[in-house]
Amino acid sequence: MIQMKNVYKKYPNGIVALNGLNVEIAQGEFVYIVGPSGAGKSTFIKMMYREERPSSGQMLVDGKDIAKLKNRKVPFLRRDIGVVFQDFKLLPRLNVYENVAFALEVIEEKPQIIKERVMEVLDMVGLKHKAKMFPRELSGGEQQRVSIARSIVNTPKIMIADEPTGNLDPDTSWDIMNLFEQINSTGTTIIMATHNREIVNKLRHRVIAIEGGLIVRDAAGGDYGYED
Amino acid sequence: MSETQPEVITAMKIRTFGRHIKESLKSLGRNGWMTFASVSAVTVTLLLVGVFVMIMMNLNKVADDLENDVEIKVFVSLDAEEEEIAELEEEISGLDGVESADFSTKEEELTDLVLDFGEELSLFEQSNPLFDVFYVKATEPQQTETVATEIAALEYIEDVEYGEGKIEKLFNFLNAGRNVGLILILALLFTAMFLISNTIRITIVARRTEIEIMKLVGATNWFVRVPFILEGMWLGILGSIIPIGLVVLLYQKITEFAQPRLSGELFQLLEFSPFIYQVSALILAMGVFIGIWGSFMSIRKFLRV
Ligand SMILES: Nc1ncnc2c1ncn2[C@@H]1O[C@H](COP(=O)(O)OP(=O)(O)OP(=O)(O)O)[C@@H](O)[C@H]1O
Ligand SMILES: [Mg+2]
Repeated sequence: MIQMKNVYKKYPNGIVALNGLNVEIAQGEFVYIVGPSGAGKSTFIKMMYREERPSSGQMLVDGKDIAKLKNRKVPFLRRDIGVVFQDFKLLPRLNVYENVAFALEVIEEKPQIIKERVMEVLDMVGLKHKAKMFPRELSGGEQQRVSIARSIVNTPKIMIADEPTGNLDPDTSWDIMNLFEQINSTGTTIIMATHNREIVNKLRHRVIAIEGGLIVRDAAGGDYGYED
Repeated sequence: MSETQPEVITAMKIRTFGRHIKESLKSLGRNGWMTFASVSAVTVTLLLVGVFVMIMMNLNKVADDLENDVEIKVFVSLDAEEEEIAELEEEISGLDGVESADFSTKEEELTDLVLDFGEELSLFEQSNPLFDVFYVKATEPQQTETVATEIAALEYIEDVEYGEGKIEKLFNFLNAGRNVGLILILALLFTAMFLISNTIRITIVARRTEIEIMKLVGATNWFVRVPFILEGMWLGILGSIIPIGLVVLLYQKITEFAQPRLSGELFQLLEFSPFIYQVSALILAMGVFIGIWGSFMSIRKFLRV
């Protein structure tokens, strides 16, 4: 369902972040993206929801080249993709419930559906009882769970996470990984860039290693393979 | 997107619009001082625009009224006898662009003068110092000068007068006034738009994460944009309230004062209604326009997808 063909990305400042990359990811897969800092992992991930466009090559989602997608169609592409970040990106003025509901409000979902879905995902991430609390009153792991709840609330087919455990301690990181496993088990594709060796080595999935903008290793159930 | 029934879509749009309005109003309050600064700038700009338009439209009206009344006064030389005067009348009436030529003897002229300036002048009745006169009207006011020159070239003409360049002066004044005013107003409009776009920019910066998330979860560009456009529009509308009030009040006073004094004169001011309503609508429209345009200027830079 996701297919990259010779994707080459040169940023306006001249840096080549992706150097003719080829890859295929099927629906329902769980994929780790690993590699040294500056290798191009985030750039790779940003291609999938059109945060960045390839300078050349094809970026196919469901057979459609999203590099050629018209700007005004991009929002509809993104409604099928959930994104989670290292820094959570929660809105400080909104409480937990409102933060999750926000994702549905801005796509003009009906109020009853919003209410149902938000309570459903808050239950899933185990934060139903903290729905009225504000982000500053939550631990890092809880905040990340809110942001995961927000990313899956509109039932996307793909979930993309850029170092989702980067700011969390090991125990909390495992909680988050359990959630990801659970989400993946419902058929959602998960693509996750990470520097967490422990997780990659213990929770085995396909590993794609990127170095200098190229895939240097792609192994089902592979290990992390770096020393840090 | 799945298909939805039309009435459902409408309900959703109304709810969304309510949300946008709420957001835009909230942010007006949150930006307190910047809101005040841009509203003040819009107020000053629109007040000047209003007064300027009021003056220029009335000067135009006055010029129009006067133009329609421009006559050429042709003084017939003293050695012209009755036949020559009759010939002259035919010649003048026969000229291109002449609408009418009315003869008035020097006796009639003196009577008019006495009527205008009083009995003291009646002592001139013994030896009338005036000339016989033709009052000539051109078909088109603009032709006045050409016609006057042609008449001056005829025989038995002592002199020709046509407002002695008053009309030209009025037109020159009108044009100069218009140009100076337009430059001033453009500069002010630019300042007001700049301030509005700065206010909106502050709003946008304050809501960066929010916008980022909106875009990530698939909000359309219009959904993101509309609250900012509305905020700009409120700034413009708020800024046009005082100018409209003042312009209406001012013109009411002016017409109250001038109308009775100008009755029967050659020129009149524009009637209070509908003129002042047109000016008010113009002020409001300009306020909305600079508000929306100002916000567009800053949104464009920030919301590139
Ligand atoms: N917006 C940008 N403009 C210019 N250059 C960029 C931009 N984003 C990334 N780069 C450059 O592209 C290269 C790849 O960056 P990228 O963020 O994809 O690396 P990464 O693998 O995610 O690194 P990390 O593990 O540190 O997150 C780097 O050299 C970076 O400096
Ligand atoms: Mg990165």
